[in-house]
Amino acid sequence: MNATGIGAPVRRKEDQRFVTGQGRYVDDFNRPGQAYAYFLRSPHAHANILSIDTRAAKEMPGVVDILTGEDLAADKIGGLICGWMIHSKDGTPMKAGPHPALAQGKVRYVGDHVAVVIAETLAQAKDAAEAIAVDYEVLTAVVETATATQAKTAVHDVAPDNTVFNWHLGDKAATDAAFARAKHVTTIDLVNNRLVPNPMEPRAALGEYDVGTDNYTLYTTSQNPHVARLVLSAFIGVAPEHKLRVIAPDVGGGFGSKIFIYAEETVCVWAAKRVKRPVKWTSDRTEAFLADAHGRDHVTHAELAMDEGGKIIGLRVHTIANLGAYLSTFSSSVPTYLYAPLLSGQYDIPAIYCEVDGVYTNTAPVDAYRGAGRPEATFVVERIVEKAARELGQDPAKFRKRNYITQFPHTTPVIMTYDTGDYHASMDKALEEADYRNFGKRKRESARNGKLRGIGFSSYIEACGIAPSQAVGSLGAGVGLWESAEVRVNPTGSVEVLTGSHSHGQGHETTFAQLVSDRLGVPIDNVSIVHGDTDKVQFGMGTYGSRSGAVGMSAIAKAIDKVIAKGKKVAAHVLEAAESDIEFKDGKFTVAGTDKSLDFASTALQAYIAHKFSGQELEPGLKEGAFYDPTNFTFPAGVHICEVEIDPDTGVTKIDRWTAVDDFGVIINPMIVEGQVHGGIAQGVGQALLEGTVYDKSGQLVTASYNDYCMPRAIDLPSFQVGMTVTPCPSNPLGIKGCGEAGAIAAPAAVINAITDALGHEDITMPATPQNVWRAAQKNATKLAAE
Amino acid sequence: MAAVSLTVNGKSVTADIDPRTLLVQFLRENLRLTGTHVGCDTSQCGACVVHLNGEAVKACTVLAVQADASVVTTIEGLSQGGELHPMQAAFREHHGLQCGYCTPGMIMAAVDMVNRKGGALDEQTIRAELEGNLCRCTGYHNIVKAVAAGAEAMTQEPVREAAE
Repeated sequence: MNATGIGAPVRRKEDQRFVTGQGRYVDDFNRPGQAYAYFLRSPHAHANILSIDTRAAKEMPGVVDILTGEDLAADKIGGLICGWMIHSKDGTPMKAGPHPALAQGKVRYVGDHVAVVIAETLAQAKDAAEAIAVDYEVLTAVVETATATQAKTAVHDVAPDNTVFNWHLGDKAATDAAFARAKHVTTIDLVNNRLVPNPMEPRAALGEYDVGTDNYTLYTTSQNPHVARLVLSAFIGVAPEHKLRVIAPDVGGGFGSKIFIYAEETVCVWAAKRVKRPVKWTSDRTEAFLADAHGRDHVTHAELAMDEGGKIIGLRVHTIANLGAYLSTFSSSVPTYLYAPLLSGQYDIPAIYCEVDGVYTNTAPVDAYRGAGRPEATFVVERIVEKAARELGQDPAKFRKRNYITQFPHTTPVIMTYDTGDYHASMDKALEEADYRNFGKRKRESARNGKLRGIGFSSYIEACGIAPSQAVGSLGAGVGLWESAEVRVNPTGSVEVLTGSHSHGQGHETTFAQLVSDRLGVPIDNVSIVHGDTDKVQFGMGTYGSRSGAVGMSAIAKAIDKVIAKGKKVAAHVLEAAESDIEFKDGKFTVAGTDKSLDFASTALQAYIAHKFSGQELEPGLKEGAFYDPTNFTFPAGVHICEVEIDPDTGVTKIDRWTAVDDFGVIINPMIVEGQVHGGIAQGVGQALLEGTVYDKSGQLVTASYNDYCMPRAIDLPSFQVGMTVTPCPSNPLGIKGCGEAGAIAAPAAVINAITDALGHEDITMPATPQNVWRAAQKNATKLAAE
Repeated sequence: MAAVSLTVNGKSVTADIDPRTLLVQFLRENLRLTGTHVGCDTSQCGACVVHLNGEAVKACTVLAVQADASVVTTIEGLSQGGELHPMQAAFREHHGLQCGYCTPGMIMAAVDMVNRKGGALDEQTIRAELEGNLCRCTGYHNIVKAVAAGAEAMTQEPVREAAE
């Protein structure tokens, strides 16, 4: 193996700047003449705006301008969009209400954007915002997911009962028939708690307008700058696409929340032209809690049918998905096509039927958060499978293995075709590494110490490498989800790769360079990865859905193949041989069967010198581009085993052991992959134990700071045992499946299965805080006393 | 306006500032030392940790005027002579960072931890001591490894301690 090639744990190239404080995030940029934006946000969850009086505020020191929804309308700036059309069962399109970047007549959640103050300093903008007089007519707020459709108030006129869509997937008749002949049915009611993504870097936007050239520039915390540019130009209409440059420099984490095109960046670009000055907005953490798109928030009833031998024969699921007050950019796809198609899990289930009711509420918009639909599906499948095994008195590992899919490709009843996998191998390895056989001993030891020990499995699957364009197009996506790459070889033999993927923690500057080093034999230090700037990279779909390896790197691999093909032509001329006789290996073009060769850097130089061939037969230069559209989703899968010890006197749950065995296909950099798994698990454990987003009955977000919303800290987590199995993915040239979301998908069910195992009953909801667990443990004590 | 005069990363700095200016704003906006980050508004996340007279503080909770006549070290001032500080090197070696946003605060807090507790730090001590620093990317696994390794390396280099 090449020391910097595929499979090597190469230390990250980007770290030098990050550990020395030289990273450049959006808020680190200041532009000459820059003014500061501050958004006046709605203090009410639901209200009509009767009037906005900005006269006094406009007289405050330092105020440049104050803009409202009326100004947006006057400039004919369109609303924010949702890019995935979902149709209800009856064929009607989803009910998309208006989503102006600044409120027009009505506010629909606490934090909704009422006006923007632009001032010389941020402090002046904040001071002036306090002087804006808004007359609200407060309306009843719709807050609860489960009862939103029964509310007497409508969040949007287009959806009188707050239903966005009633969608379904699967064969209802076949599933009903399976339940009719079932020997055992397990049912479960679940709440998948709402989460706030909380990348450590808050969102920021800096808009700039050049009067001379009519060009706009937006610096923004985006996971997909080209998509932002497309939406801002083609749909919202703030600037023509060819006149708008979007730069997403170093971005401090995303986890989905920086995919979307929000009000703030729209306003900063628009306002920059209005006030003829750069306009900068940086979110504070409270704003991030209020107005970043949230994740999850499902209420689900599920039923699992089994035959007499414990073979699963059917699954029926009904979910109410809270989409918040507006349809965010990809929100409609998350509880539908990113959710229900994963309900087969790793299991051979002949009949599945799922209904999803998407609902509006007066809460922050809900969209993709790490895993996006797949953690919710995994939570349903892995909780109900665990419960079924317990009801049948079967070992949960054996019950899973009894029902695993073993033949590939396997087409599920919910439209997915799993290409490859070996679920038994992952489970067997996980059982070994978790020392499952001695769990009983450890449980007895805990009991002697007055503690409750439990073990929980999560045998997850995800659909990643998002996504085959034709397939997602047929499901309602507004755009294909391919990726682009350009490989530029310089005359000195150094290489620049321009990619549409975006790195915000994933380490692409290293892993993508490893691919180039591996394929072209170029030293890794001679490879630069260029991303995050629409003026440099022609187009791209960005980074989310664990797609940058499987899709983004496949595009690079395709472009590299073209570079090698062109290099062979150049080398053939220089070496005076037939092109068909040129081989490329170990960084050298060689005439087959001879010792005549030309190394890669010399070939690049010859391509540019162009003395050895005529321009009629071969174009000078060495630069190739490629678009790669995947042929299928990829299906990373694995087993996570969580072992907890609960103190019934305090309700504190300690995670004692965590074993993960994942199959991500071919791995480029195991160090980075393991890091992705660690981070994902931490977010999943956060959901299971700590993180709860709470709106009160009037729609006030009561968990809007780190004082109230419990983020996982180092002390809350164990060290993780992470192992791998490998079945290469047959659906892309590199065999990669993707690893970015696995931990967050697997973890919540593993934790809750462990806690319910320890408690001996199923009555616990997420987050399983000490208070919740203590109460659940008291129920045990009461029950024991009664017995 | 208020006058402040302090030493930042070994250089004397004097400025006239709005008295409500926080130390982190002063570092980022006045001195353009943007390695110190702001991740929250409640002094919880620790992205803004710097050293004030040799001790870790959250620069979002200190007014710049409180730092008058003090010595401040930020992430930009940690490495000496073009070499990474052992704690910086350990974070890189052990993949103790992903997006890099919490990293400067983590490293400054970790150096302070070693200054207070010495170089032999066990896992539980490190995890408990990181209470004031949030990371959303790494799950802390590799940060804990990096701090342990960095602590050991720091105490093997007495020269470095003197420089701190």
